[in-house]
Amino acid sequence: MADILTLDGLTKAYPGVVANDAVSFGIAEGSTHALLGENGAGKSTLVKMIYGLVRPDAGTMRLAGAPHAPHSPKEARAAGVGMVFQHFSLFDALDVAENITLGMDTPPPRSELAQRIREVSRAYGLPLEPARIVGTLSAGERQRVEIVRCLLQSPRLLIMDEPTSVLTPQEVRLLFDTLEKLSDEGTAILYISHKLEEIRALCDHATILRGGRVVATCTPADHSAAELAEMMVGARLTAPARIARDPGDAVLTLDGVALPATHAFGTALHDVSLTLRAGEVMGIGGVAGNGQDELLAVIAGERRAAAGRVTLAGRDITRDGPDARRRAGLLTAPEERLGHAAAPAMSLTENALLTAHERKGLARHGFIRWRATRDFARAVIAAFDVRTPGPGQAAQALSGGNLQKFVIGREILQAPVVLAVNQPTWGVDASAAAAIRQALLDLASDGAGVIVISQDLDELTEVSDTFAALNAGRLSAPRPMRGLTMEEIGLMLGGVRGEAA
Amino acid sequence: MIALERRAAPSRAWLWGAPLLAVALTMIAGGLMFAALGKDPVAAIRTIFWDPLFDPQFAAYSRPQLLVKAGPLVLIATGLALGFRAGVWNIGAEGQYIVGALCGAGAGLALYPMEAWFIFPLMVLAGALGGWAWAMIPAILKTRFNTNEILVSLLLVYVAESLLASAAVGVLRNPEGGGFPGSRNLSQWASSANPELIAGTGAHWGVVAALIAVILAYVVLNRHLTGFHIKLAGQAPRAARFAGVNPARLVLFCFGTAGLLAGLAGVFEVTGPAGQIGIDFNVGYGFTAIIVAFLGRLDPLGILLAGLLMALTYIGGELASFMLGIPVAAIQAFQGMLLFFLLAVDVLTNFRIRVGRRDIA
Repeated sequence: MADILTLDGLTKAYPGVVANDAVSFGIAEGSTHALLGENGAGKSTLVKMIYGLVRPDAGTMRLAGAPHAPHSPKEARAAGVGMVFQHFSLFDALDVAENITLGMDTPPPRSELAQRIREVSRAYGLPLEPARIVGTLSAGERQRVEIVRCLLQSPRLLIMDEPTSVLTPQEVRLLFDTLEKLSDEGTAILYISHKLEEIRALCDHATILRGGRVVATCTPADHSAAELAEMMVGARLTAPARIARDPGDAVLTLDGVALPATHAFGTALHDVSLTLRAGEVMGIGGVAGNGQDELLAVIAGERRAAAGRVTLAGRDITRDGPDARRRAGLLTAPEERLGHAAAPAMSLTENALLTAHERKGLARHGFIRWRATRDFARAVIAAFDVRTPGPGQAAQALSGGNLQKFVIGREILQAPVVLAVNQPTWGVDASAAAAIRQALLDLASDGAGVIVISQDLDELTEVSDTFAALNAGRLSAPRPMRGLTMEEIGLMLGGVRGEAA
Repeated sequence: MIALERRAAPSRAWLWGAPLLAVALTMIAGGLMFAALGKDPVAAIRTIFWDPLFDPQFAAYSRPQLLVKAGPLVLIATGLALGFRAGVWNIGAEGQYIVGALCGAGAGLALYPMEAWFIFPLMVLAGALGGWAWAMIPAILKTRFNTNEILVSLLLVYVAESLLASAAVGVLRNPEGGGFPGSRNLSQWASSANPELIAGTGAHWGVVAALIAVILAYVVLNRHLTGFHIKLAGQAPRAARFAGVNPARLVLFCFGTAGLLAGLAGVFEVTGPAGQIGIDFNVGYGFTAIIVAFLGRLDPLGILLAGLLMALTYIGGELASFMLGIPVAAIQAFQGMLLFFLLAVDVLTNFRIRVGRRDIA
């Protein structure tokens, strides 16, 4: 079939970095085309150029035979390009139809729009009620709003950026059905994902970017996921390994912990109980917004439980703040790297002080020992291969993966009794992610208890001994990871309690 | 097209270059304004910035005034800067300054006419506590009821001014003053006087206190966890909570420190340069100190320099209006320009200007 979109020599440079260097490839009509690459490989710059958000420095694009050089997303949409972003741009307080209206250049009257939303959602198997308030929708339903918004404009090319990162396995299947239906009708799909198994199952072609250049094109189904990963990284990857070890005594217990929601669309925790043993890695899965941040906050001591008990190695720490918990050996790393785990404008030295002054003795009578702090920051940088000119660098100057390695390393080098992390490899490239997972496993092998909260099920199956699911602020009973099928995990994520599954 | 591009890290050079550029721009824009008013701009600028210190005719009077005016500004601004660093907006230092003066003066006058060594220290203590207590009102309201500290602290300035007026004609009025409003002259009562310590410099105990405050604030901000937590809370509130900073305690600390220092400034002023509690005792040091704090980039050493600069524009401004007949409003506009340009060029610390094609990235 003819190419709907051809890219020819697209180049885009930013100060200090060439994001895209003479990228050329074509996307066939009705095909599902994967765009693969590590973070920083240039995928987002490329799709931003196609969608009119960024103008190329050089090179041309042709869409359905005609030159395609959009100055704005509006022009791109008019030419037939739709895009579903990884982060949704929806207003919680408005309903589905209102949100869709806001994204349209010429919205039809509401009654007509509601009718068309129903038609499209029925035709493509995307159940959606136009009058529902978006704040009450799940992540999967929100994504449907974004997809329907695009489909209403009948695009010829649909760009999907990491669409499955927030979905349960069941929702992923539903999405794939929709995408297959679309491509049967002749809509081309440009699909960006880190999940290689998905790409193997879904995509007809793949273009692999590394350092802004096209390094390979292939048919994903002909290669194993490991081979695809090696093409992306340009090096061999080894799966994390660990020395098996019998779990020891309980180090952290949560007993009936409850936490009220802080705002209208926040999540409350209800009756959360778990027991974590020394040497155990507990994976906690769940779709975003089901209480992950809240669970980490109540473990960290950033928020105090409204009911229930938290104990660390037998000691009641329910009323303790973050500092007291750190002193006792309970360390955490929240999801948001910039602004939560680290202060963006502060140096790595200052960010090392942020959580480590208690356990590493970096302050005496409150007076900061800057030299010791700097040495500790250097130690983290060295031990975790953080790529940075030095500890004086501001946290915001580091790439996501490097900062994440620093944040995780900062906690691990403090020899925690328990380490709880939320989304430890979110937006981190494959080699950094592998290093972080390996470090977490090593920590557990050395006898610490580790909690990994993540939306990436592949990650959880890789590192966890036990698995529990978080759904609407409730935690399922943890079950041994070995032997759990994807089916069972999906049911647990969907809210069916572990015992019943 | 001219575009602003965020720097990866704040520029060190501009951190200090920006205030200098702001002063230069103020001189240019101010000069244009003076010229438009029909005054010689060069003479006006020289009268404001040079004559108070070096003119043989005026320097003898003006030079000591520099420290007299800079003292309370630096003392108050140092306290405010701690809060501003933490994102705690105490706009009511003027009120804390007034209440500090009232409490200090009240404590002393209660013992009049006794002569004792402990009276002055007692007054200083009472003034500090008064300023502290006045600052605790917005702080506690904020931590308890989440009220807006900007509004509460600002409105309490007007309450304090009313207290001042009522005290000047009521409880603190000089019984031997022939019915005129105003208290006894504290600078002429040996036990309460806060005299010039070194003749011809204008340095009184308030100036000494300001220097000590600057040094302590410098140590706290750069060497102590408290200062680290203050900066953290201002830059990244969520990271601060993650680090174990208690936001309520921080609000109390910042307001308390600022109130204490403003109260001290008040008591040193009422026992020294002002001499007595009067209806017009406060002249806006508490508000000007906000400008000084920002002009000094919320850094204690910067505040020291900014306080001196600000005092200079005050003295020079008075001189210019007296010598050249420049309207007081124009002098105030000139001082306003200084803050305006400082905030305007501030953007260069975090952004660089790029001239060229624009991208939506």
